[in-house]
Amino acid sequence: MLGSLWIIPLLPLIGFGLNLFLGWRKARKSLVTIAGVGSVGLATIAAYWAIIGYLEQPARVIVERYFTWISAGKITVDAAFQIDPLTVVMMAFVTFVGFLIHVYSIGYMHGESDTAYARFFAYMNLFMFSMLVLVLGSSLPLMFVGWEGVGLCSYLLIGFYFEDTYCAMSGKKAFIANRIGDVGFVLGIFATFAVFGSADFTRFLPIAAAHPQQYAGWATAIGLLLFVGATGKSAQIPLYVWLPDAMAGPTPVSALIHAATMVTAGVYMVVRCNVIYRIGPAALLVVAIVGGLTAIYAASIAVAQNDIKKVLAYSTISQLGYMFLGAGVGAFAAAIFHVVTHAFFKALLFLGAGSVIHACSGNQDMRTMGGLRKVMPTTYWTFLAATLAISGIFPFAGFFSKDEILGRTFAAGASNLHGFGWLYYILWFLGITAAFITAFYMFRLVYMTFHGEFRGTEEEKHHLHESPWTMTLPLQVLGVLSIIGGFIGIPKLMTGHASWNLIEHFLDPVVIPLGTGHAAEIAAGVSEHSAGAGIEWLLLLVSLSIAVAGILVARSFYAGEHAFEKPARFVERYPLLYKLILNKYYIDEVYDKVVIQPLYRFARFCWKAIDTIIIDGVIVNGTAFMTELTGDILRFLQTGNVRNYALSVAMGVLLLIVILW
Amino acid sequence: MNPTMIPIPSAWILYLSAVLFVIGAIGVLLRRNGISIFLALELMLNSANLAFASFAFRFAGASATAAHALNGQIFIFFIIAVAAAEAAVGLALFIAMYRRKETIDVDRFNILRW
Repeated sequence: MLGSLWIIPLLPLIGFGLNLFLGWRKARKSLVTIAGVGSVGLATIAAYWAIIGYLEQPARVIVERYFTWISAGKITVDAAFQIDPLTVVMMAFVTFVGFLIHVYSIGYMHGESDTAYARFFAYMNLFMFSMLVLVLGSSLPLMFVGWEGVGLCSYLLIGFYFEDTYCAMSGKKAFIANRIGDVGFVLGIFATFAVFGSADFTRFLPIAAAHPQQYAGWATAIGLLLFVGATGKSAQIPLYVWLPDAMAGPTPVSALIHAATMVTAGVYMVVRCNVIYRIGPAALLVVAIVGGLTAIYAASIAVAQNDIKKVLAYSTISQLGYMFLGAGVGAFAAAIFHVVTHAFFKALLFLGAGSVIHACSGNQDMRTMGGLRKVMPTTYWTFLAATLAISGIFPFAGFFSKDEILGRTFAAGASNLHGFGWLYYILWFLGITAAFITAFYMFRLVYMTFHGEFRGTEEEKHHLHESPWTMTLPLQVLGVLSIIGGFIGIPKLMTGHASWNLIEHFLDPVVIPLGTGHAAEIAAGVSEHSAGAGIEWLLLLVSLSIAVAGILVARSFYAGEHAFEKPARFVERYPLLYKLILNKYYIDEVYDKVVIQPLYRFARFCWKAIDTIIIDGVIVNGTAFMTELTGDILRFLQTGNVRNYALSVAMGVLLLIVILW
Repeated sequence: MNPTMIPIPSAWILYLSAVLFVIGAIGVLLRRNGISIFLALELMLNSANLAFASFAFRFAGASATAAHALNGQIFIFFIIAVAAAEAAVGLALFIAMYRRKETIDVDRFNILRW
C-alpha cells in the first residue's frame, strides 16, 4: 500500500458516492451498511498495510507526489501525501476508531428511515475521507482541504436531524465558529507562502529550523494565525462555544467527530508545525496559556451540567486544553499521546452514553436516570474503564498521557522556559486542579447514571435494555484499549529505559532540531530537562491522589444513602456561583450581546440603509429615473416635421465645415 | 488642344457648382411643396455632377491622370441612376400622401413625432 497512499482516502470517498446513490434509490439498509462500513473497513486495512510497509523500510519521511495542483507564479502546490511517524500515529487511530464507530452506528441508527440511514453513512464516509486527507496531506493547503472537509461534515452531521430548529442552528453555530478560526488559518497559510515561498512541510519547516533567528518574528505571527484556526477546530477559548451545541448530532457523530478525531486536528497541526512554534516562543506560550485556561474552565462548567452528552462535551474541551498545554510546553509527543488515549476513552464514553440514551428512549437528562448498572452491565463496565482512564487512575490509558503533560508543564516551570517559569507553574496548578474536577464530574456522571435507583417513569423503566452486539462490541474493544492504551507511553521514570516510551521514541523525528546559536534551543532542550526523579515520583503521586480525591468527593456527593444531599446544600449556600456555572458563565449570552447582536444590527443597517436606499434607491432606480427624465425632455426634438430635420442636417454640415476648416 | 479655344477655368465651374448646390439646399429648406423640394434636391445632386464633370474634364488632358477622369465620369452615371430611383420612390410616396390628405405640403405630414 506504501507507494499508493491515495487509495486510503479514496476508499471512504467511494463509500460516500455509493451511499449517495443508494440513498437516492432508497436502497435497503443492508446494502448501505456494506458500502458505508465496508469502505471504512477496507480503508483501515489499507492504512495498516501502509503503516506496516512504512515501518519495514528505513526512510522516516516519504512524500508521494501525484500531480501539480496549483501553479501560480513562483508558488506551486502539489497534490501529495506524506507519511511520517506523526501521520502513522494519527492514521492508525483515526481509521481504527473510525471503523469501530461505524460498526456501532449500524446498531445505533437502525431506527432511522432508509434514506436517513444512507445519508448518515454517506456523511460519515465523507468525513473519513476528509480526515485522512487532513492527516496525509503534505502541505498546509492540502491539510486545509481536509480541515474544511471535516468542518463541512461536522456541520452536516450536527444538523442531521435538521427538521429540529435547534439541531439546524447548532450546525450553523459550529460552521460559523469554525469559519472565524479558518480566517486565521488561511492568513497563516498565506504568510507561510510569503515568507518561505512554499507551504510543503518538507520544505518550509527545515528552512525555518535551519535559520531560527532570522525567522523568529515571522514564525510567531504564522504560529499565532494558525493557532486561531486551531482554537476554532479544536474548541479552545474563545471559539469553543460550538462544541457543546454540537451534541445535537447523533451520538456516534459526537464520538467520532467531536471527541476522537476532528477536534484533535488543531493539536495535530500544532505538532506538525512544531518548528514554527519553537522558534517563535511567544506563540508557544499563547498555546500553553490557552490550553491551560481552557482545561480548567471547561472542566468547571462540566460539573453542573445535567445532560449526559453536555458533560462529555465540556470534558472534551477540557481534555483538548490539556493537549494544547502539552504542545505549548514543548511536549509534542505527549500531546499526541494524549490525543491517542483520549480518542480511545472519549470515543468509548460517548458510545457508552449513546448506549445509555438508546436504552432510555432518547432521554439525555441524568437526573432521570440511575441504576442502569444492573440492566446494561457491558455498557457499565466499559464506561467505568473509560471513566477511570479519563480521571487518570493508574494503569489506565489517561494516567500516562495526562501525567506526562502535567510533568512536562512542571518541568517547564522548573527549567524557567523562555523566562516564564512562574507562568508554567501556574499552568501546572491549573492543570492539576482541572484533573481533580475531571475525576469529580466524571464520577458524578457515573454515579448519577449507573448507580442508585432508576428515577425515570415506569414505562421508561420497562423499556431499559442492553444494546445489540454491534454496539457493545465496539465498546468492549475500546474498553480494552482504554485500559492498555497507555502502555505505548510508559515514562522512563518507571522503567529506566527511555526507549520503552514507545510513542515518544517513535515521534522523535517529527521534532526537527533547530539551527545553532539561538535561545530557542532551550525550548528544544526542554524535552531533555527533568525535574529530578524524586520530584517526578512526587508529581505522579500528587496527580494520582488528586484524582482519587475527586472520585471520593463525587462518591460522597452522589452515591449511597445520602446522595444529592450535599450538592443541594452547596447550591443553597452558593446560589450565585451555582447559577453562574449552570449557565456556563453566560458566555453564550455575552457573545450574543457583544458580537452577534452588533453584527446583526450592522447587517440590518447594510440591508435597510445601504442596500435598500443607496444601492436599490439611488443607484439602480436613480439611473432609470434619470434616463426616463432625459428622454421625456429630449423627445420634443422629434417634431415629425421633415424640414426641421433637413435644417439640422444642413446646420450640422455647416458646423462640420467650420470645425474642419 | 485647339489654340483658339480658351478653356474655362476649373474654378469657375466649381463656383457655379457651389452656387447651384446652395440654391438647391435653400430650396429644400424653404419650400413646402413636396415636388418643389424634390426639384431642389435634384439641383443639389446635379451641382455635384457638375463638379465631377469639371474635374473629369481637367484630368482628361494628361495621360498620367486619365484614370481619374474616368472615375469622375462613372460617378456621374451612378448619381443619375440613384436620382432616377429616388425620383421614382419619392413620386410614389407623394401619390400615397396625396391620397390620404389631398395635399403634398410636407408641413402637414408631421404625425411621426413624440
